[in-house]
Amino acid sequence: MGLLAYGDTGWGDELFFATLMTIAVALVAIFIGFFLAAIFASFKLSSIRILNLFGSFYTTVFRGVPELLVIYLFFFGSSGAVMYVAKIFGYDGYIEVNAFFTGALSIGIISGAYSTEVFRGAVQSINKGQFEASKVLGLKKKVYYYKIIIPQMLRLALPNISNVWQITLKDTSLISVTGLVEIMRQSYIAAGSTRDPLFFYSFAAVLYLFLTFLSMKLFNNLEKHYSRGY
Amino acid sequence: MELMIESFPRLLNATILTIELTLLSLFFGIFVGAFFAVLRTSKIKIFQVISYYYSYIFRGTPLLVQIFIIYFGLGQVEWLRESFLWVVFKEPYSCAIIAFTLNTGAYTSEIFRSAFETIQKGLIEAADGLGLNKLHIFFKIKLPLAIKQSLPAYGNEMILMLKGTSLASTVTLLDLTGVAKHIISTTFKPVEVFIVAGSIYLLMTFIIHNFIKILEKKLDYSK
Repeated sequence: MGLLAYGDTGWGDELFFATLMTIAVALVAIFIGFFLAAIFASFKLSSIRILNLFGSFYTTVFRGVPELLVIYLFFFGSSGAVMYVAKIFGYDGYIEVNAFFTGALSIGIISGAYSTEVFRGAVQSINKGQFEASKVLGLKKKVYYYKIIIPQMLRLALPNISNVWQITLKDTSLISVTGLVEIMRQSYIAAGSTRDPLFFYSFAAVLYLFLTFLSMKLFNNLEKHYSRGY
Repeated sequence: MELMIESFPRLLNATILTIELTLLSLFFGIFVGAFFAVLRTSKIKIFQVISYYYSYIFRGTPLLVQIFIIYFGLGQVEWLRESFLWVVFKEPYSCAIIAFTLNTGAYTSEIFRSAFETIQKGLIEAADGLGLNKLHIFFKIKLPLAIKQSLPAYGNEMILMLKGTSLASTVTLLDLTGVAKHIISTTFKPVEVFIVAGSIYLLMTFIIHNFIKILEKKLDYSK
């Protein structure tokens, strides 16, 4: 257990902060995903054909191509893209894009593709009568969305959102290839310097299990909260 | 554009390894999945617990951790290194297949389990009443129904496994993603390579998707 001591003698503190990093990346990624999903789900549900195609293209590509390949695209591509834009504005130097940002962005885009399908399904599952009734009651659009449609949507979508969260959380391990120090990368460093990969990778597995277990509990509580009255 | 044409044969060549890894892991995974699904539905408590924790652990941790434990971690175990099993565990290829098999097996066992659970009791009772023996009931009634029931979910799992094989590149194997990364890091043209490699992956997911659709139609007894 000396290997996990807190402070300079062990890897306890490093792994603790790495776990926080994993949580941070996953949270930023899932919210980027929600943001994209809100846009692309509305594209998929719209009656305009070109927007439909756009939405389908997004979900097909990012659910069909391996996560690692997407990460490589952003990892190698982002600084090139930023420098290209900078050149237009007359800046010629080398710009390195932050690993946290590219990681969260690439995982977020993948996570968004899954969320899009979840959001779309949730909206479609709501009875048309609910929309019509709200209109007849003379409720404003904002009020009936926030008070009637979204609460019902959340109840149905929560189990799927929980799934997307688990996928996103596990996908963050792939960002370790870009050098961002999250659980996997920290374990790799620790395994390399102590020559004890079995211990550190097993411990990483335990950390991930702990995170997935915690989030499962949290989502179960949320589901209970939103199922009141059913 | 030039790079896209130039890299295409190399990427196509690497696709063979990707397909190989996918098919082998799925093949072994079916047996592992069926085995643990049977354990889970058995009446003996300890079997249920083992099966539950197997699927919980392999579904609750990233595939990357699983590969690293098997490839980097197990090499540290003294008795394993001295045993005949070392032939298997020192190769990244077999380690990748073991990791993928165990991973897909966990998901497959859940798919099979829920498929068996959705079979209506009345059907089994009716078969029992007709005097069919247990083996007959299993192979002629339960299994075909369960296979049909699990097809859509299994199709998804096949696609997930195809994508999962990209992690083989982290243990030095040169699969489609591995070669794509190599080309990207030597040419610094990520977009072009991504388009080619991504299209190959999409083509494969498209094939799997349609294959499952055709199977579903074939197995639709109601028509």
